Amino acid sequence: MTIPAPLSAQPALDRTRAIEARGLDVYYGAFRAIKGIDLQVTRNRVTALIGPSGCGKSTLLRALNRMNDLIPGSRVHGQVLFRGQNIYDASVDPVQVRRRIGMVFQKPNPFPKSIHENVAWGARLNGFRGDMDGHVERALRQAALWEEVKDKLSESAMELSGGQQQRLCIARAIAIKPEIILMDEPASALDPIATLKIEDLMRALARDYTIVVVTHNMQQAARASDDTAFLLMGEDRAGTLVEFGSTRQLFTNPKDKRTEDYITGRFG
Amino acid sequence: MHVVREDPSGQAADGSAAKAESPLDLSRRPRVGERIIQGVLLLCGLVSIVTTLGIVYVLGKESLLFFGSRGVTLAKFLGSTRWQPVIGEFGIWPLVSATLSTTTIAMLVALPLGLGVAVYLSEYASPRMRSVLKPVLEVLAGVPTVVYGYFALTFVTPLLRSILGRNLVEIYNTASAGLVMGILILPLVSSMSEDALSAVPRSLREASYALGATRLETAIQVVVPAALSGIAAAFILAVSRAVGETMIVSIAAGAGPAFTLNPFRAAETMTGHIVRISGGDLSYDSLDYNSIFAIGLVLFLITLTLNVISRRVVQRFREVYE
Amino acid sequence: MSARWEVLSGDEAGTLPEGEGLRLNLARRYRVASLWRAFFAAAVLVAIVSLTALLYNVIDQAFGLVAVQNTVEPSSLAVGGVPLAEQTSEQLLALLQQRVPSAVLRRMDSEQPLAQRSREDLNALVLERVVQLRVLKSWPLHLSLLDRGAIEAQVGEQFPQARLVFRSWLTPEFLTRSQSSTPALAGVRTALLGSLWTIAITLLVAFPLGVGAAIYLEEYARDSWINRALQTNISNLAGVPSIIYGILGLAMLVRGLEPLTSGAWFGAVDPTTANGRTILSAGLTLALLVLPVVIINAQEAMRAVPRSLRLASYALGATQWQTIWHHVLPSALPGILTGSVMAMSRAIGETAPLVVVGASTFIAVDPSGPFSKFTTLPVQIYQWTSRPQDQFRNIAAAAILVLLALFLTLNASAVLLRNRYGRRYVS
Repeated sequence: MTIPAPLSAQPALDRTRAIEARGLDVYYGAFRAIKGIDLQVTRNRVTALIGPSGCGKSTLLRALNRMNDLIPGSRVHGQVLFRGQNIYDASVDPVQVRRRIGMVFQKPNPFPKSIHENVAWGARLNGFRGDMDGHVERALRQAALWEEVKDKLSESAMELSGGQQQRLCIARAIAIKPEIILMDEPASALDPIATLKIEDLMRALARDYTIVVVTHNMQQAARASDDTAFLLMGEDRAGTLVEFGSTRQLFTNPKDKRTEDYITGRFG
Repeated sequence: MHVVREDPSGQAADGSAAKAESPLDLSRRPRVGERIIQGVLLLCGLVSIVTTLGIVYVLGKESLLFFGSRGVTLAKFLGSTRWQPVIGEFGIWPLVSATLSTTTIAMLVALPLGLGVAVYLSEYASPRMRSVLKPVLEVLAGVPTVVYGYFALTFVTPLLRSILGRNLVEIYNTASAGLVMGILILPLVSSMSEDALSAVPRSLREASYALGATRLETAIQVVVPAALSGIAAAFILAVSRAVGETMIVSIAAGAGPAFTLNPFRAAETMTGHIVRISGGDLSYDSLDYNSIFAIGLVLFLITLTLNVISRRVVQRFREVYE
Repeated sequence: MSARWEVLSGDEAGTLPEGEGLRLNLARRYRVASLWRAFFAAAVLVAIVSLTALLYNVIDQAFGLVAVQNTVEPSSLAVGGVPLAEQTSEQLLALLQQRVPSAVLRRMDSEQPLAQRSREDLNALVLERVVQLRVLKSWPLHLSLLDRGAIEAQVGEQFPQARLVFRSWLTPEFLTRSQSSTPALAGVRTALLGSLWTIAITLLVAFPLGVGAAIYLEEYARDSWINRALQTNISNLAGVPSIIYGILGLAMLVRGLEPLTSGAWFGAVDPTTANGRTILSAGLTLALLVLPVVIINAQEAMRAVPRSLRLASYALGATQWQTIWHHVLPSALPGILTGSVMAMSRAIGETAPLVVVGASTFIAVDPSGPFSKFTTLPVQIYQWTSRPQDQFRNIAAAAILVLLALFLTLNASAVLLRNRYGRRYVS
């Protein structure tokens, strides 16, 4: 994949770093949901965010493409650096951010339109020029859905099964050619077979995109991700990053005792 | 039915052992009071059936009398474009065309503006704006229609006449009535549409934002199409309301049937005609009296059809979301 | 398994804009967004401006300068130093007998005996017949305030004998006087009383019937086709135009049930009408009109009562009616009351069905019971608006202010009820 030109003119940009959080705090009103997060996500790898429920994984994920802006009363301190720019800078347009950092949600949410239109809409909106049918096919192939829907592209997306709908949502996200795809527990609403398909898909997509996935399923993180970040809720109910490293290292030889306790199932 | 026995010490005894204790009777008791109350309540419910039957009977019987009178035929009723009882002309088209005219103008105002207000309230408005707008809309919806009629005659008509010229706009015209009717119906459209828009799940909006869409694109290209059935139902109901509206047209639109498509001239709608005839000296069983029912029947059928369609539309498309 | 998902890289079907193309794309989209925003703002503006214009128009017509002329000056009618405004009924009566032709007096007496009329009414009669107070022309408020010079000039030319006075058409006398053919002396007393009597009957009939039907549908009715038909029927009735109810009332109540509605059954017939066009007919017609709304509201209110409350009552061995009466109804009562108040506020503004049922065009006498002739406030407004003279427009505006006051009070109390008990209602 061609690496697009950077937005800013900073030389010596670390091209391996897709997105980075520095000292990130997220508040909902007066409540601090996550605190002091420092996280570096490497390009073309799958990074998993794990931790017990309520520790702020989803909040952190949503902070990476400014989806938290949609929640009234939410505030951010610290920085999220993407292509050398802080995406929370006052001059940055969130619409542009979300074009480049896409999202797949926990519960599949296809539009009540046809399958073809679901994939094409986002691309057309963002000014796609070219062969739309081919573009749709490409996205569906990348999402491993093409063979199953190629004969019924004009039918409603609501007729598909849960797993198919989720892959459609992935295809939809791919169609606008993001750099990073954020996935918020993408398989938790699906059956085991569909879950495995999604996991395989994540690995395959990492060749072209950077994937950050939130999961409450440790085995899934161990199977499907390259790097893992473990978050924990502190006493002030704010989530913090306990440990971050390659998946192999974190699961076989965790540096922090809390990580070890979580992985061995002592809590959470 | 199981009879439970206990011996005095409190221990449960073998059911078959005979003991000198009176068995507990759990059988049903006739509760006359309950039955009576239930009957009374059912009668209350049946009042609504009586109302409907009454409407159907009254409209049907008197219409039959009307059509059975000399000089009146169904063909002339539905075919002729002149309503002049004096010379025996009973074509309903002048009245229907005036109703159509006012309804169309009203819909041109109420539908786009009502939907616009709904989208604004649902997707854009701050809580402060909502707390101002919602009461305004409620008051607009509740103001008695006779006040709207007064407004149409004493404010809107002079305004139209001064803008467009006294020669073009007559003192009684369907345009003023139509415009004011549109304002009356706007809150109905906006509140029903807003309900439909709010029912669209949040996850759909999020999916759209995550694709880099702006707030407007999300609202217009995702939320409104998803809520289309509710919005369509609102539109149909609005038309039904406009067709049945009486006081605004009878004050501002004119007296005397006229078959014209010019909205700046006077014309009498179906409802206006009924009011005028019944407000004057009316003798039972005269042709005028019976004509009220024939027109009323047409009105009833039109509004009933529209209301039923509106409900069907909502039901049919409710299955879009699981 | 991964081999199946070969990524087709390098084989692009098209391009998404970057750089300059992206900037243009976004600029265009934001431009379109601004246009639509302007449209939405305009729609909102129309709603707010319309309400303002409506209120402005009514107020504008209800206050203003008038050119007044008296044939006989009231000051010349003072008896023993007591000015006209403070004279007793006997003095006013004597005045009338002196100055008014006896034929006219006899006619007035046959409508309602002069001796029984209130002092207010006698005062109004004197002003009308003896003083012959005439308002020659009236001007709206905005002209009265902004263009006074031009008005004074006009009065000087056209009405040299008239005085220019600032008049509020809405006065306490307006509320206490009865109808009159002279607009300046007319009042809404009969209409107001008619409205109150009618609404009382509507409430007395529609509330128990409506709540009863709602209880049946919510608590007793099983899900059979009959009961579903009943429910559909009620929904349909709620959408029927109000004039159809007027037609129904005319045929069924006024004509069909004439012995009942005219009072013949009870021997209480109004001597001036002796037909079914009575307050009873009006009240019953409106009751039929609001019944579906009351039922639907009450159903919603009862549906909002949590099931657990009913279960707790049953678990204590209560019968169905006991559960309803002691638990469900008290809990649903605020919602039911709110809905009923809203229904009444709607009924009080209804005009068309009452005109069809036979509201009278001119009554001098207050309604004395359910079998009297009737007119209501909105009907009175309708009749005054239909007259061509300017001053009728003014008193119509004053009457509208009274009606709006009534209507807003009812609405406000419903909103207060709703806020206090926090339940949604259906209107």
